[in-house]
Amino acid sequence: MTVAAVEPPRGARGLRHVVRAFPTLLRVGFAEIIAYRAEFLVWVLTTNMPLVMLAIWRAVAADGPVGRFDQTQFTAYFLAVLIVRLLTSTWVIWQMSMEIRDGTLAAKLLRPIHPLVAYAAEHLAAVPMRALVVSPIVGVLVWVAHDRLALGDPRLLAIFLLSLLGAWLLIYFTMVVVGALAFFVDSALGVFDLWIAIHAIFSGYLIPLESLPSWIRGAAAVLPFRFMLGFPVEVVVGLLDPAAAARQLAVQWGYVVVLASVALMVWRAGVRRFQAFGG
Amino acid sequence: MIEVKDLTKTYRVHKRAPGVAAALRSVLRRRYEDVKAVEGLSFRIADGERVGFLGPNGAGKTTTLKVLAGLLHPTAGEVRVGGFVPQTRDATFLRMITLVMGQKQQLLWDLPPSETYAMNRAIYDVPRADADATVKELVELLEIGDLVDKPTRQLSLGERMKCELVAALLHKPRVLFLDEPTIGLDVAMQAKMREFIRDYNERHGASVLLTSHYMDDVVALCPRVIVIDHGKLIYDGDLKELVRRVRPDKRVTMRLSQPAPVDKLAALGTVVSVEGAKIVLSVPSARLSSVVRDALAALPVADLTIEDPPLEEVMRELFRGPTDEARVVGVRAGA
Repeated sequence: MTVAAVEPPRGARGLRHVVRAFPTLLRVGFAEIIAYRAEFLVWVLTTNMPLVMLAIWRAVAADGPVGRFDQTQFTAYFLAVLIVRLLTSTWVIWQMSMEIRDGTLAAKLLRPIHPLVAYAAEHLAAVPMRALVVSPIVGVLVWVAHDRLALGDPRLLAIFLLSLLGAWLLIYFTMVVVGALAFFVDSALGVFDLWIAIHAIFSGYLIPLESLPSWIRGAAAVLPFRFMLGFPVEVVVGLLDPAAAARQLAVQWGYVVVLASVALMVWRAGVRRFQAFGG
Repeated sequence: MIEVKDLTKTYRVHKRAPGVAAALRSVLRRRYEDVKAVEGLSFRIADGERVGFLGPNGAGKTTTLKVLAGLLHPTAGEVRVGGFVPQTRDATFLRMITLVMGQKQQLLWDLPPSETYAMNRAIYDVPRADADATVKELVELLEIGDLVDKPTRQLSLGERMKCELVAALLHKPRVLFLDEPTIGLDVAMQAKMREFIRDYNERHGASVLLTSHYMDDVVALCPRVIVIDHGKLIYDGDLKELVRRVRPDKRVTMRLSQPAPVDKLAALGTVVSVEGAKIVLSVPSARLSSVVRDALAALPVADLTIEDPPLEEVMRELFRGPTDEARVVGVRAGA
């Protein structure tokens, strides 16, 4: 009796292929980051708004705490904002916008791996370098506010790490959605400027959300922006208890699924319109 | 291997006159125009065939190649490559093909080509030993052993193009779409590339569809040509037959041991050029044998060669015709 070899389904084969290829893509991506290290460092160092806000809010809290926030809590919050921001931001929107417009996206479309996987690998490859830049800030945060941080609770620590990954994915897929607009309009970057302005208010980037008026807090609770930044920050600086953090983690990953689906839909519709200009 | 039936590709192009007023008007009301890049194109290419894809600038060659490679969705018609519909970009299909565009590159700009090869090995899921053997073989054939570890940005255009070809062939594709693969290369490098492409085709039985503005590429590589203009097919068949139909004359080149009077030369055929002792005549094919006999009898001929007119001239002649319909000079049966 012979047993026929069973071919795994196409989706499973594709996933296995991605898993095999991903480490090499990350390694090559990392080599590129090293090649552009000076430009990369300058870009990272331009993220200084949390330090400005830290100075402002510490001055405000000098006369007394603002809600639950005293000076140390503000320091912890904005240093954590800086850390999460540096670890989770990507530049895929600029890259996609440019590659769609000048036709260089063609090279990615010709390869047997989904371009969104290739972009993700390129951008995840930057995380180790970002972590290196962030490590002194982590040191300062632990030194200044070790008693406020949730690092001692393994549940909160696990939720924090998952929320960081969730935040990265949310930002990545949002940028893919906006970047893919370049398939339909001449430039998608104007839309992104609008997105940055809304994000700054509703994500907790400029002000801790609990210090804002209740209607903004209500809107922020249902919008995805908080889950891109404010939520992991609130977890790590001990503003959420484990049960509330776990519930909100589920909401965050729900948003990840929704945004990933939207990104894939926009991408598929966009690729049909791709004109592969140049050459 | 490649089947194209009634392929049409239309681009929607934003039209705007120059000037500030036109720019402001276009903010309120954008005007678009449909431009047909390819119209009703049909042909077939068998396994292992080398076919030249010719036409003037804007004829629709690159658009067709991009449709065949799955980059563009056709507006109408059917396309199959190796049994796949290209625009679905199935992973098996993408592993089967390669598209080399002389004006575009896939090499990572700031890293050595060896890093692109490592990336392609992973992406195309080629076993490491096979990939290493293929890279070694291609690197030796193209003589680029000392280049693959230099950053791409430090390579010359010709060096980059050779490294590009290794990246494009690492997964041993069965279908090669080559769009101006020798553009910008010097004559020696062009010859080397042609030799390499022919060798790959013969050893792997790969089908090759090549566009080039260097007619030497086409003559050296492609027994069959497909000619399009304004997106429409005007010839599909044997290259020699195309030359015979469009320019049924021959080039007779003679080297004389001593100068001869021009009227004697003109009596033999149309004088194309006289450079010292080297004379080039254009002679109708039907009169060729008598002209050669008369020339050998009447002139001090040291050396004589007979050739087809240069393909550049044939193409110029072909595209000078009045209308697309009038210029349809022949389509291969079954295409």
